[in-house]
Amino acid sequence: MTTHHITFTINGAQEEALVTSHITLLAFLRERLGLTGTKNGCATGECGACTVLLDGEPVNACLVLAAEIDGADVITIEGLAHDGELEPLQQAFIDHTGTQCGFCTPGILISARALLNRNPDPTEDDIKDALRGNLCRCTGYQRIINAVQDAAKAGG
Amino acid sequence: MSTTTTNPTRPVGDSVKRIDALEKVTGEALFADDLQFGPGLLFGRIVRSPHPHALIKHIDTSRALAMPGVKAVVTGADTPKQIGLYLKDRHIFCRERTRYVGDPVAGVVATSEEIAEAACKLVEVEYEVLEPVLDPLRGMAPDAPLIHPDLGNYEVPNFIFPKAGTNISNHFKIRKGDPDAAWALCDAIVEDEFRVPHVQHVPIEPHVAVAKMDQRGEITLWTSSQSPFAQRNLIAEALGLSQSSVRVIAPFVGGGFGCKAGVTMEALAVVMAQKVPGYAVKLRLTREEEFFTTFVRQGLIARTKIGATADGKIQAMQTEYFWDAGAYTEYGVNITRASGYSSTGPYEIPNVRADSYCVYTNHPVGGAFRGFGMPEIHWGIEQIVDMLAEAIGMDKAEFRLKNCIRTGSIIATGSTMHPVGLVECIKQATAAIHWGTEERASAPHKRRGKGLAIMWKAPAMPPNAGSSASVRFNEDATVTVSVGGQEIGQGAFTVAAQMAAAALGVPYEWVRVEGPIDTQYNPYEWQTVASRLTWSMGNAVMAAAKDARRQVLDLAAEHWGEDVDHLDIKDGMVISYRSEEAMPLKKMVVYGLPKPAGQGWRGGPIIGHGSFMPSYVTGLDPETGQGPRSVVHYTTGCQAVDLEVDTITGQVTILRIAAAFDVGKAINPDQVRAQIEGGAVQGASTALFEGFQLKNGKLANHSFVDYRIATSVDVPFEIIPIIIEVPQDDGPWGARGIGEHSMVPTAPAIANAVADAIGVRVLELPITAEKLYLALEAQADGMPV
Repeated sequence: MTTHHITFTINGAQEEALVTSHITLLAFLRERLGLTGTKNGCATGECGACTVLLDGEPVNACLVLAAEIDGADVITIEGLAHDGELEPLQQAFIDHTGTQCGFCTPGILISARALLNRNPDPTEDDIKDALRGNLCRCTGYQRIINAVQDAAKAGG
Repeated sequence: MSTTTTNPTRPVGDSVKRIDALEKVTGEALFADDLQFGPGLLFGRIVRSPHPHALIKHIDTSRALAMPGVKAVVTGADTPKQIGLYLKDRHIFCRERTRYVGDPVAGVVATSEEIAEAACKLVEVEYEVLEPVLDPLRGMAPDAPLIHPDLGNYEVPNFIFPKAGTNISNHFKIRKGDPDAAWALCDAIVEDEFRVPHVQHVPIEPHVAVAKMDQRGEITLWTSSQSPFAQRNLIAEALGLSQSSVRVIAPFVGGGFGCKAGVTMEALAVVMAQKVPGYAVKLRLTREEEFFTTFVRQGLIARTKIGATADGKIQAMQTEYFWDAGAYTEYGVNITRASGYSSTGPYEIPNVRADSYCVYTNHPVGGAFRGFGMPEIHWGIEQIVDMLAEAIGMDKAEFRLKNCIRTGSIIATGSTMHPVGLVECIKQATAAIHWGTEERASAPHKRRGKGLAIMWKAPAMPPNAGSSASVRFNEDATVTVSVGGQEIGQGAFTVAAQMAAAALGVPYEWVRVEGPIDTQYNPYEWQTVASRLTWSMGNAVMAAAKDARRQVLDLAAEHWGEDVDHLDIKDGMVISYRSEEAMPLKKMVVYGLPKPAGQGWRGGPIIGHGSFMPSYVTGLDPETGQGPRSVVHYTTGCQAVDLEVDTITGQVTILRIAAAFDVGKAINPDQVRAQIEGGAVQGASTALFEGFQLKNGKLANHSFVDYRIATSVDVPFEIIPIIIEVPQDDGPWGARGIGEHSMVPTAPAIANAVADAIGVRVLELPITAEKLYLALEAQADGMPV
């Protein structure tokens, strides 16, 4: 089995690892790094529960091979809060009840983070469009959309 | 949080933030697949029947067992006893017969998922393919192949009536008044057939279970579960173990909606673990398996006849329900019962005949789904009531107001309706969408329409489903609440904390709710189903908190030499209204209080216990379905929909949904509104998009690409949640459930609005753009629609 030596940044920390060719970024994060905040909802790139930031862009971690993150910067849900301080996005999800069962929440927060990084003042349609790849079965989405708008107003 | 200073029951009635929100926005909340088991963890995969109906002639597991990395292979030979929540009708692994595509035939345990999957292909199964039953009407036919030839020998509770020698696993009847005589009195009679396809719950978290058997034979099961205690009970019984030898540990559930209630795939993991003592075995369903090998919502064919007199009074209703229950009926038999006794919908009708049949088919296994039969039956009820209003020539809201149940109404079972605010729900929901006002469509090729639907639903459960709770203090007077009810996203832990805080007299922030639910430590709860937790578990939490409070007050009364009736607990302080003494709860709730002059101490760690079980639900006559109190209570509500139909594409755009529900008392108004909104979108998703495409029993659309659920771009509409509060006599602070109810009326309300917009009645879900386009084409060609 071919292995690859990869060097990458995960939530701000420089790391290196030996990975097999076929292990996905999702499995690598959850099973090797113990970063279980990134969720496995379908493993086929359809639900968005495993969304992470790869060099600032939102990707489905189930569709990326761990070998591909060599030299890259990866941010997961565990990387959003800093020094015990929540991001405005996270606080807005609490304030607006943007989470119910919570399983889709990490992926949605990451997609929303990516949106606010590239567009600090999104319209409602921008938000819906940015979240269309993240399925939620509980909330009905409106509270999530309101939370992202509110976070944008609070400076992201 | 606006009422925190004036609300006398605070924090009950306050919109406090979810108790689990912080964990969930940081990724720290643990779900079953997140638990770590180290490098010794083994993995299971399942060999499934490729045929909808077949006999197993021979299984050869030797090649699979010989594969490096394979630790064990299990088959039906390892599961001699049958399992089932009501009717014990299935083996954990199939024995002689397979009954749906996906039925588990064998399980492989290996050192990795990949090896287990590869070894599954080496298990050789020889089948004799049988004729399948693919339709409940065919299943009812006298010459239909029997799916359960031994049905007459299965263990079953006394309120379920299987018919030996048929495919009918339950037949529930209502016989009230004389419908045959009443038809002659009617000035309008409408009769039609309505169909509902199978749909799936689609929790974003797929089912996952990890099981381990230790060297004593004791089982631990870590799983995503709405029913840790029911699973403990049923798995223990099926494996011939004591309930105390099966421990179920259930962390947060990533969406359930009914599909993680009862026992589904968890038992497979347990049986596999029994073959490898000392090793934990993980079984995780793929999304594809999630679609058709866990529970699905049953299909339904509903035939209804209803008539009214010219004054607009409904005189008679006759209904037949043919449930496509699938291969086994964990919950189906009771959905059949619940839909039978609720078959009139929330209307007072003097003459009723209902026959609800649960029919085995070679389809995926029907289970509980948010609403437990009610979304399915209201699809027909609320359309035919609309059609009858049209036939009589009355406004549809007025017609419903004239006929709907009110406090004291006699319902279909002959029971008397408790206090109910349905009339107010109808009035407020319709007013919110400007009912009766014609509004213009947004483009010339679009048609605007308005529709409404009302609903009722009772918790459907055994009459003696119980709840229990404990409330204990920590040294700093913070409180730990322990329950067996599960947090599945509905906010159960939040309301439990609010209730404990209110009953004790401490701030909400002082209360924590223990998780994960662990049957070894947490008190008993029947199941997290039926929208029953706020009500039933809430009663237990309230009782436990009152017990703890009484202990604190007794202690303070003795200490101060006062009458306990003059004492109270406010904001974490014990106070006396008479002497105006006050002391903090801190320390005294664990260490007690010193007696005078060094004479020792009194009191001790405070722990309160509470339990609740309804004792007043009566049986129903098996021939007439009549009884004094058929259910604990009904939650009622109304949704009013304002939408547009694009006549070029057939596409429906919902503009507004106003949704009013009588929740008795909103323990947390914001969470109630969140349930109302989420339910409306889930209801709209099933109304417009969802449905199984089953071909010879095989599901064709088992991915999110082929089975669409609503996404962020599909909900451009405004949802107006409205809370009505007519208190429930047996609910904590008057509360009754809301979780399921919020999606019950959505599909028929949309169908009624579509009919109002373009004059097309859709009788079979979903209301796809394609269906409406073809109907509009036919309409343009002068064909009847």
